[in-house]
Amino acid sequence: MRTTRFVMLAATGVLAVTGVTACGADTDTKTAKAGNAVKVKATDTVCEVDVTELNAGQATFSVTNNGSKVNEFYVYAPGDRVMGEVENIAPGLSRELRVELPPGTYETACKPGMSGRGIRGALKVSGSAATVAPDAALSQATASYQRYVQSQTGALLTKTEEFVAAVKAGDVAKAKALFPVARTYWERIEPVAEIFGDLDPKIDGREEVVEEGMPFTGFHRIEKDLWATGDISKDGPIADQLLTDVKEIVAKANAEKLNPLQLANGAKELLDEVASGKITGEEDRYSHTDLWDFSANLEGSKAAIAALRPALEQRSPELVKQLDTEFANVEATLGKHRADDGWKLHTALSKTELKELSDSINALAEPISKVAAVVAR
Amino acid sequence: MSEQNTTDETPSADAPRGTTLSRRRAITLAGVGVAGVAGVAVGAGALVRDSDRAGANEGVAAGAVPFHGEHQAGITTPAQDRLHFVAFDVITKDRAKLVALLQEWTAAAARMTAGKDAGVIGAVGGMPEAPPDDTGEALGLPPSQLTLTIGFGPTLFRDAQGRDRFGIADRRPAALADLPHFAGDALRPEISGGDICVQACANDPQVAVHAIRNLARIGMGVVSVRWSQLGFGRTSSTSRAQDTPRNLFGFKDGTANLKAEDAGLLREQLWAQPGDGQDWMTGGSYLVTRKIRMLIETWDRTPLAEQQQIVGRTKGRGAPLGKGDEFEEPDFATKGDDGEPVIAETAHVRLAHPAQNDGARLLRRGYNFVDGSDGLGRLDAGLFFIAYQRDPRKQFVPIQTRLSRHDAMNEYLRHVSSAVFACPPGVRDAADHWGRALFG
Repeated sequence: MRTTRFVMLAATGVLAVTGVTACGADTDTKTAKAGNAVKVKATDTVCEVDVTELNAGQATFSVTNNGSKVNEFYVYAPGDRVMGEVENIAPGLSRELRVELPPGTYETACKPGMSGRGIRGALKVSGSAATVAPDAALSQATASYQRYVQSQTGALLTKTEEFVAAVKAGDVAKAKALFPVARTYWERIEPVAEIFGDLDPKIDGREEVVEEGMPFTGFHRIEKDLWATGDISKDGPIADQLLTDVKEIVAKANAEKLNPLQLANGAKELLDEVASGKITGEEDRYSHTDLWDFSANLEGSKAAIAALRPALEQRSPELVKQLDTEFANVEATLGKHRADDGWKLHTALSKTELKELSDSINALAEPISKVAAVVAR
Repeated sequence: MSEQNTTDETPSADAPRGTTLSRRRAITLAGVGVAGVAGVAVGAGALVRDSDRAGANEGVAAGAVPFHGEHQAGITTPAQDRLHFVAFDVITKDRAKLVALLQEWTAAAARMTAGKDAGVIGAVGGMPEAPPDDTGEALGLPPSQLTLTIGFGPTLFRDAQGRDRFGIADRRPAALADLPHFAGDALRPEISGGDICVQACANDPQVAVHAIRNLARIGMGVVSVRWSQLGFGRTSSTSRAQDTPRNLFGFKDGTANLKAEDAGLLREQLWAQPGDGQDWMTGGSYLVTRKIRMLIETWDRTPLAEQQQIVGRTKGRGAPLGKGDEFEEPDFATKGDDGEPVIAETAHVRLAHPAQNDGARLLRRGYNFVDGSDGLGRLDAGLFFIAYQRDPRKQFVPIQTRLSRHDAMNEYLRHVSSAVFACPPGVRDAADHWGRALFG
């Protein structure tokens, strides 16, 4: 369970490449088709978009702020799903938003003062979705990661069914043994699982993040009952609900296509998860099986990077080398704490050992934080 | 100051391309809408730099201290008000990686001490998909006399098993000896020692913290923060232009400190000289840090006369007992009506005074600290002691040996952390970097 930060990023949609010229690195001009260059004139009261129909594919919005307030520009899919945004356009400045738009209906919005619903306008995108994804290596990444997700969701469903059955049968020992195993598949695909709003906290919410009025359910509720009291006699409905929720998320996850930028950010956020929740032992505070989650997050991060690998090798072979070295280092460091078929308990590790793990994660997270920019350029 | 500026260049003259916007100017420009993207054009940057300098009418406390020079800044530099001190463990075994980090750090340090972002892109204006190469909390703040001073600890040369870690074991100076155990030491290993230290001093705490945070960020994977310490309120003056400040016991501290103006004494007592041992340290200095917890509450219950007896100075003016002015020499011989010395045998000022230590002196530039409270309602507070010297074996060690045995103040002190570092000479110019002579 994470904060909503990744959800926001994931929802941001495709390659919102703004300010690329700022670093002077980008010389290739992936110019949008002539018809897909859109001029936007924003003031404090008006949001004038000079085109309301586009062809599917990459569109480039040049947003000029002629007003007195700092402005923002958004492209929304139905349900206010953010497809792209450019923020902090100071008065007098122009900024560009490049975004890949499949066929469909959208809304544009300027937000003078950077708040509220903004000044909305309709945008229609027609044509073939095949024009999206101009870069072959990058489009491979999406398909490749989708296959990985599908391979994990099958096992997630099976293991969750077994776990739920054990809980409902009152078999504490078996449920305890299955708890970290089922979670492994969940933790590997968290970047995709988290896109679906309320499902993530329902399945994986920790007690303190549950909002007022929302029941404490899911894996961690059953974890608490298994380890803190050993009484799971009333957990039948919670276990049933867990399975229902997991089934729903599996169906949705299988259909979801993460774009390359989402993959890059997902790989990073998985490591942030490790650094903030697993190293500290917060995630599995009753079972102390945090190292299972640690390992699964790491594998998930590696899978996302693997999907991006062909593109990364073309664009930044040095970075790939660095990632390989640091992944190997974390794996070796974590590997010291294997126990039987799984992992030692978090409580069995010394402070020095945890610091060593933390250092290795930081060493990997640093190059991983650079992947998104390489993908976006 | 002149000691450390002899080969100085203007901080921006050697900056890499596209790096010339100061933090403050970048913000101003972005607001105006002229150059919301940093580093967009060298020409524009150059213009900004010139106008920035022309318009520099800020106070001295806000200005920049030159980074390049014969000696490192942050030693005889008039002590700034705030401290963030960090000790790192080196976690790589790869010498080339460590040297590359020292180079990267040097570039970032030169930029930050000049009041710029840590990296060439900056906190804002880079690609939205990339994490910024500066963390941003110092945007809009002036240089604030930030100094960054690096030191190398004994464990960088050999690890606990005696292994030569980076092929520099034979370059460890004899003066960089492990400190002995002193009577009463209650050291906590996890906040003691370290392979590399960086002392950040500035007149704005945010600027000091920003500098350490960015160095730690840049160092991920090569170094790991072992411990760090914040300090507020300098407890020593390192220049005669400064008043003597007070420590948390309420007494003036550092009256008899080595000062920047004492050129002869600095050569004799502060800077490693040719022939002292390792050539790479010539012009450098040895640093001892001690985190000294003060038992504030019991001290505050002590009568004024007893406090003054313990210190050996008056609380108000800081004059040696029996004298009227702070800077009068203490008289250790005179006895009072009771036949006892006016300055007690166990008084801090007597035991620490050069006259009682074969002339050995220190350049102290410690800071008060309060790390909140300790759960028993007591302030977790004290002095983060920082002392620079030519050779700790002849200076800090004998002085502290006497103090630890006899100082009446010990009843109110606990030494909880200790470290020693070899601080190399200054970075000469843009082609030089931290550790170049050591690893060269």
